[in-house]
Amino acid sequence: MAEEIQVGCQRPAVHDSQAEVPGTDDAGIQEAVKESRSSMIKVGKPAPEFSLPAYVDGKFGKVSLSDYKGQWVSLCFYPGDFTFV
Amino acid sequence: MSTVADRNDDFKALGVQVLSVSVDSVFVHKVWNDTELSKMIGKDVPFPMLSDQDGSVGRLYGIYDEDAGVETRGRFIIDPDGIVQGFEVLTPPVGRNVNETLRQIQAFQLVRETKGGEVTPAGWKPGRKTLKPGPHLVGNVWKEWTVDLARED
Repeated sequence: MAEEIQVGCQRPAVHDSQAEVPGTDDAGIQEAVKESRSSMIKVGKPAPEFSLPAYVDGKFGKVSLSDYKGQWVSLCFYPGDFTFV
Repeated sequence: MSTVADRNDDFKALGVQVLSVSVDSVFVHKVWNDTELSKMIGKDVPFPMLSDQDGSVGRLYGIYDEDAGVETRGRFIIDPDGIVQGFEVLTPPVGRNVNETLRQIQAFQLVRETKGGEVTPAGWKPGRKTLKPGPHLVGNVWKEWTVDLARED
C-alpha cells in the first residue's frame, strides 16, 4: 500500500479543491466557475424539488419532495452510511 | 442518523416527515439499516433513506462537497407550503442536536399558527414567553423580555 488513509467521518477526498478549472488561466473565471457549481439556497424561499430512489419500509421506491406537500419536512443530508457520527 | 431515527416519534408528534439523504445506493442503505442502525435503535429506520448517488440534489441545496464526493451535514426545515424556514450545515465530524431541530420546528410552527402574531425570542422553548410585534413593542422589548430567559436551559 503506497499510502495509508486515515479513517475519518467521511470518505477520503477524490478531488483536490485547489484544482484548476480546465481551459482558462483567468483567476476570476476560475473563482466564478467554482462558485456556480454550488450556490446556497435561501430561507423564506421554496425548497428545490427533487425525486430520488429510496429505501423505505423494506422496499426500494422513489420519493419526491412534493409527495410531502402540506406537511413539515426535516431534510437531513449526511456524509455517508457507516460513518461514525 | 441513528439519533434522528430514534427520535422519529417526536418528529411525528409534530407532524414532521423526516427524509435522510446521502450519496450511498439504496442497497447500502438497506445493509446499513439491517446490520447497524436497527441494532442501535431497536427497530428499522422509520423514514425513507434517499439515495443521491451523483450528488445532484446535494448541489441544488448547496451542501455537496465536490472534493470529497459526499454531502455535508445539511439539515433543512421545510414548511407545509414547501418553503425553507431554516437550515444548518455542519462538517462531517460533528453531529447534530436533535433537540435543537425539534425546538426550531416548534418555534416555526407557533409563528405559522399565529400568522406571525407571535414571535419567539432567543432560546425560546414551548411554554416560554413569546413577543407580539407591533408599534407598542418598538423600543420596549426590555419591558417584556429579559436576556436571562435565553440563558436558562
